[in-house]
Amino acid sequence: MPALLAWFVVAMVVVGLFSTAFKPDIGILEAPQLALCLVLLAILGVRYELGFMRNWIGDLALGVVAALAASLLISAAGRHEGDAALGFWALTAATWAAFWLFVERLAIWKSRSLLTTRIVNLAIPAIFGITLLILWELIVTGAGVPKVLLPAPSEIWLRMTTSVPTLWADFQQTFLKAVLVGFALGCGAGFLIAILVDRVPFLRRGLLPIGNLVSALPIIGVAPIMVMWFGFDWPSKAAVVIIMTFFPMLVNTVSGLAASDAMQRDLMRTYASNYWQTLFKLRLPMAMPFIFNALKINSTLALIGAIVAEFFGTPIVGMGFRISTEVGRMNVDMVWAEIAVAALAGSLFYGLVALLERAVTFWHPSIRG
Amino acid sequence: MSDTALTAPRSTNPFAGLMSGTLGPVLVVVLAIFAIWYVAAVALNTPFQQDMYERANQTDVPMSQLVRDTLAQERPVLPAPHQVIVEIWNTTVEKKITSKRSLIYHSGITLSSTLLGFLIGTLLGILLAVGIVHSRVLEKSLMPWVISSQTIPILAIAPMIIVVLNAVGVSGLLPKAMISTYLSFFPVTVGMVKGLRSPEVIHMDLMHTYSATRLQAFWKLRLPYAVPYLFTSMKIGMAASLVGAIVGELPTGAVAGLGARLLAGSYYGQTIQIWSALLMAAFLAGSLVALIGALEKLTLKRMGMAR
Amino acid sequence: MLTAAEIEDGLEDAMSSQANRVIDIDNLSLTFETNDGPVHALSDIDLKIEEGDFVSFIGPSGCGKTTLLRVIADLEQPTAGSITVNGVSPEQARINRAYGYVFQAAALYPWRTIAKNVALPLEIMGLSREEQQQRIQKNMELVNLAGFENKYPWQLSGGMQQRASIARALAVEPDLLLMDEPFGALDEIVRDHLNEQLLQLWAKTNKTVVFVTHSIPEAVFLSTKIVVLCPRPGRIYDVIESDLPRDRNLDIRETPEFLKIAHRVREGLKAGHSYED
Repeated sequence: MPALLAWFVVAMVVVGLFSTAFKPDIGILEAPQLALCLVLLAILGVRYELGFMRNWIGDLALGVVAALAASLLISAAGRHEGDAALGFWALTAATWAAFWLFVERLAIWKSRSLLTTRIVNLAIPAIFGITLLILWELIVTGAGVPKVLLPAPSEIWLRMTTSVPTLWADFQQTFLKAVLVGFALGCGAGFLIAILVDRVPFLRRGLLPIGNLVSALPIIGVAPIMVMWFGFDWPSKAAVVIIMTFFPMLVNTVSGLAASDAMQRDLMRTYASNYWQTLFKLRLPMAMPFIFNALKINSTLALIGAIVAEFFGTPIVGMGFRISTEVGRMNVDMVWAEIAVAALAGSLFYGLVALLERAVTFWHPSIRG
Repeated sequence: MSDTALTAPRSTNPFAGLMSGTLGPVLVVVLAIFAIWYVAAVALNTPFQQDMYERANQTDVPMSQLVRDTLAQERPVLPAPHQVIVEIWNTTVEKKITSKRSLIYHSGITLSSTLLGFLIGTLLGILLAVGIVHSRVLEKSLMPWVISSQTIPILAIAPMIIVVLNAVGVSGLLPKAMISTYLSFFPVTVGMVKGLRSPEVIHMDLMHTYSATRLQAFWKLRLPYAVPYLFTSMKIGMAASLVGAIVGELPTGAVAGLGARLLAGSYYGQTIQIWSALLMAAFLAGSLVALIGALEKLTLKRMGMAR
Repeated sequence: MLTAAEIEDGLEDAMSSQANRVIDIDNLSLTFETNDGPVHALSDIDLKIEEGDFVSFIGPSGCGKTTLLRVIADLEQPTAGSITVNGVSPEQARINRAYGYVFQAAALYPWRTIAKNVALPLEIMGLSREEQQQRIQKNMELVNLAGFENKYPWQLSGGMQQRASIARALAVEPDLLLMDEPFGALDEIVRDHLNEQLLQLWAKTNKTVVFVTHSIPEAVFLSTKIVVLCPRPGRIYDVIESDLPRDRNLDIRETPEFLKIAHRVREGLKAGHSYED
């Protein structure tokens, strides 16, 4: 596979050399950045093909050259927006193949130390993500995709940095108020009701199948009702989040509380342990992996619920409000900026819950692994 | 302690059997939900009704009259169950399927984009999972993104995809189906990767001793092992797909589909309409997931994996 | 002979003060109601266990040996007959924390360190922190686990985990130790080693031990009294008083006396086992 990729790089360089890079009639060698990029990629492909430096220095050089080529391409594309022709696309394809080659090489690295392995395992998806962003940027600027259809990452970044106050206000309204309050209340209620349900076998048998069913329902549909009941401001969104997060928590906690096995319960019985002692010393710790599973599911559901609920009416602030109004005005870069903030907030929230899980259920086989 | 004759007395109550299963308790809980619903409907609709009485200068209305009136408002804060059921009946059985006011018509639109999106999403998810299981590079570079993508509120992009695609002339089923695809494809990928990896080392070693090719090992070992995982993740994917279709209908200017009914209902304060659309969506989700469940049972039985 | 023994037994019964009779089982039966009809797990059990005895229950699977132990521990309720533990009902004995129970598996909580696992029953009993600390240290030393206090169960070998679970049972400081095939899941080398350690422990603490096993050498090596059970219905087939010295080591297994007792146990198991079904 790596050999094939290197051949592909060389072939694309040759194609690029003999075709126009930008309309109407600019050859690759007439654009200085492209010429440099072409030379770099050619050296990379040929060098790999001939088998020089197939060691970690050579692999790192692959990455450096690919990154240089990419930055040259991006700056060239910026000067000839929308005029890209075959030559430019050939170089884009070559750069992409160079990145792929780099990742291929990284994936077969055998490291001696744990730290390097960790770094490599983080670097690979990061490089993959960056490659996607670069391709996005190159294609959008090169082909001159209309901004309303898909803005380039650089434009989205520009929009993000210039409208920090708006983004912050929206974040505050949607995340810090609706999501966090709803998440805390929904998960808390689900947990407490689960403990109650667990004490009454009749309720457990009756409520659990219904809870399972409700988990599969499009609960988000209650949003318009909640907006009617609790008004336009954040409490109605928090209410939607509460309803959405309640059932996963209920179902997971109930099955978690049933997770202790007969021997462990017998053990507590031989100690003449009472209900609460058994609950706190055995069943709740045992249920923790289940509870964290619900918390993780809910961390994403909460954000979705709050944003979608805002589509049904808000005061003039909030991430969902901003998305729906800016879409109407065709300010797509603002929408993307908002989505980037939402994605970041969602991932961080999830990551935080996952970190807490690692700390609390360190003993579970899936984590101590 | 002396003689402990503790044979459990056999219950003679015929309801005991019913109540010890799940059916009885579920029925009781459902009935309880309806009861609470009615009480809540009366309580929530009373303030408005009292307002009405005051305006009409009616004083000391009897309690029974109040209850009757609160359960028969045109735009109640919380409609009573029977109002919603009557609305569903009127808009399904009484209306022609082609009518814009028929709930079946709207459900059909939502259902078709759900199913289309689900189908594409499932196929894509399976393909991606197969790739991830067989390629180190794909696994290392793509899998973290598949997982972290689940933490991103994808649904937030839904209105944009619809509007943007509309702007370039793509409209109708496909944009909505794309959102459904996006939502249903991640659970399937994650579930399938888990499933394709689930054969134990012994079984893989056994295949190795037969010097089976990767393709043979895939068909004879990995795929059968992955089937239960596939069905589980398909259920999640189907539910997500429906949510995607409904949310995808929100920004289309409330033309058609269950999502559009929700939005139109919320614009005009038609609570009964909202509730009927909501119940219909719930019914749809329930039956779709049940359908996959039935398919799962059948398949596992034929494969001899049923428990 | 038989009648004489019976008279002797009766006399003993009459004379026995509650002082040294730890377990007294009379005519005890236990029937499980299942969908396929009743299962007679235990039938007409009569058994006396004195203070300081090391009693083994041995028999094929399904003979009710574990069920009998669970009845003593109040984990199962008998359907007929009577039983006292320390002169009171098993339930009262359980509430008094009169016994320590060791299960087939160590059943340690993975989120607690070894020391915290040993402390578990002490926390439930509501002992003071100093008292807990002192008992943890003492019992960890008793099972040769000193130095492993802050390890988690999953960081230890199977044998060490089972030793920790014995320490946990001992921490309650009961006079009675109930052990349900505690070494069943371990390999023979480790098991021999733990058997020897268990005997030393028993000698040191002078506790009464009731021990369930399906290994003949283990039963003979450990016990002062071997109860042979047989299945369908679960009943006592033979009770063998061992005349081996209390102070013994693994070498005793080569002696003719040891082999004689082992032979008698084996004969009992053979005769009591019905092959009709």
